[in-house]
Amino acid sequence: MKQAIELVCPAGAMPALRAAVDHGADAVYVGLRGPTNARNFPGLNFDAHTLPAAIDYAHRRGTRLFVALNTYPSPEQWTACTAVIDAAAACAADALIVADMGLMGYACERHPDLPLHLSVQGSATSYEALNFYHEHFGIRRAVLPRVLSLAQVRHVIEQARPEIEVFGFGSLCVMVEGRCTLSSWATGQSPNSCGVCSPAHAVRWEEGADGRRARLNGVLIDRFGAADKAGYPVVCKGRYEVNGQTIYALEEPTSLSTLDILPELLNTGVRALKVEGRQRSPAYVAQVTRVLRAALDALHADPQRFAVRPEWSRELGRVAEGQTHTLGALHRSWQ
Amino acid sequence: MKLSLAPIPYLWPRDDVLAFYRAVADWPVDVVYLGETVCPKRRVLQGRDWLAIADRLADAGKEVVLSTLTLVEAESELISLRRMADNGRCMVEANDGSALALLAGKNGFVIGAHINVYNAHSLAVLARMGARRWVVPGELPAATLRQILAERPRGLETEVLVAGRVPLAFSARCFTARAHDRGKDECGIVCERYPDGLRLRTQEAQDFLTLNGVQIQSAGAANLAGALPEMRALGIDVVRVVPLIEGTEEVTRTLRAAIDDVVDAATAERALSAVLPAPACNGYWQGEAGMAWREAEGM
Repeated sequence: MKQAIELVCPAGAMPALRAAVDHGADAVYVGLRGPTNARNFPGLNFDAHTLPAAIDYAHRRGTRLFVALNTYPSPEQWTACTAVIDAAAACAADALIVADMGLMGYACERHPDLPLHLSVQGSATSYEALNFYHEHFGIRRAVLPRVLSLAQVRHVIEQARPEIEVFGFGSLCVMVEGRCTLSSWATGQSPNSCGVCSPAHAVRWEEGADGRRARLNGVLIDRFGAADKAGYPVVCKGRYEVNGQTIYALEEPTSLSTLDILPELLNTGVRALKVEGRQRSPAYVAQVTRVLRAALDALHADPQRFAVRPEWSRELGRVAEGQTHTLGALHRSWQ
Repeated sequence: MKLSLAPIPYLWPRDDVLAFYRAVADWPVDVVYLGETVCPKRRVLQGRDWLAIADRLADAGKEVVLSTLTLVEAESELISLRRMADNGRCMVEANDGSALALLAGKNGFVIGAHINVYNAHSLAVLARMGARRWVVPGELPAATLRQILAERPRGLETEVLVAGRVPLAFSARCFTARAHDRGKDECGIVCERYPDGLRLRTQEAQDFLTLNGVQIQSAGAANLAGALPEMRALGIDVVRVVPLIEGTEEVTRTLRAAIDDVVDAATAERALSAVLPAPACNGYWQGEAGMAWREAEGM
């Protein structure tokens, strides 16, 4: 019998945290306010004062709580980041999700009992890379970038010492996480440096005779006719002209859903399934957590006879960005 | 201050690569980085070919560094990496965590620009593992670099990209294949048709990005010649040029002249802008959007 897959859900603030815990998350991940995590949206995130209450709520119901600290701090952000590590350790958070090697070193030295998870922003895509972080910083778990095929995930798990968490549902990053500066190229701010992708202050919507135009710091990312659903202007999801054709040159707006391949993920030894979306509403968190809890429970009860129930797909489809499902890179054949 | 040449980011025909490096032997560059860093399916040159080029460049007095693949996924890629790490002749530039794993504790390596080092603490960690030089991540502004360098580990050299297209993102997906409506696994090595990358424009015809297989670059080139005096004052040891299909020699000669104070920085900046692909950019260095451009002061 393979080890059960843990369900790890996002919480941008206390209502979403309650939603995740109450609907069956095994663990919840949160960020602390400021430029120290990759979901640095206004109105979100906990701080050192609200973190203890969050941990208390989770722990009383048997849910673990992870603190995400997944940006790469510049020297002036350093102290804010180490304060987050100190706060996470002081509140007995169940893990710190971290990307920066300097911060890993700090956590190892000051708080050797605080378990460390390698953030997806750490861009570790091979077992050699994962074992490097394990050997030097005691990384216990790593979140894989959304770029590997299922066969590659299996190969990584066979050789990697940290346990493996994969993204199970949410917006699909087409780039290798931690290796994309398209946002700062256009706006000056990126996930690595500021914890934001396509910051809201750089977005401008223009209404014209030919429809709506979405700009990012002046750059036309896309234009939409009356019938089009206008998506948030992220560089990788725009429509551009390449070789004389106007196409989604990088990525179509779609969501990742691994519902269909849960038995394969269990079989490969994936230890945890992560839901993306600390910026999403408590209702989204509740819905996705509820569906994935039901799916994982069915999977664990009888892996051989697991079948996706139509209502699960329907419910997830309703909250998915671009309203489509894809397995992302996971369905790619070997190499 | 030394002048370096980054690996060729594009897929060029084998004979063109060999001719390019025969010419480089006579160019005024001090350090040459070699290898395929973008896509493992590009195999026009094998490991032994690169080592033969390395030997010829070393004979011409160049320091040669072997650069590793940026996105490592398959076992075959790890096998190549191990061979590279144990080559015994050249220093290696690590471009991902797999390479760090194989190079840590070895006799000196270069931290590539795709290893995320944004503070002196991370730099110190890697210096303790044996790093001798680090290539500054593209988006770091001069002001941040100044703070990091104030605490830089002793003996660790710093390298900054000053001319050429800026690498911006890597993916498991091949964008060149996508533009041809092909999947990555059936790409047919279509990127060989684009030795200068494939231009991506906005729907308003603004040159915005360059598609280069699984890599995305800027459309125009970085031009930091105007910042050379500032870089010298900061203690930057190496300035880097990214090869282009045309004009690379002229770029290196111009920068050499500026480093040697034969021409002033502003003149060098203008000369580079005439050669490099437009639109010029230096925004990252200024702490702005990377695509932004500000002319050197005093012009």
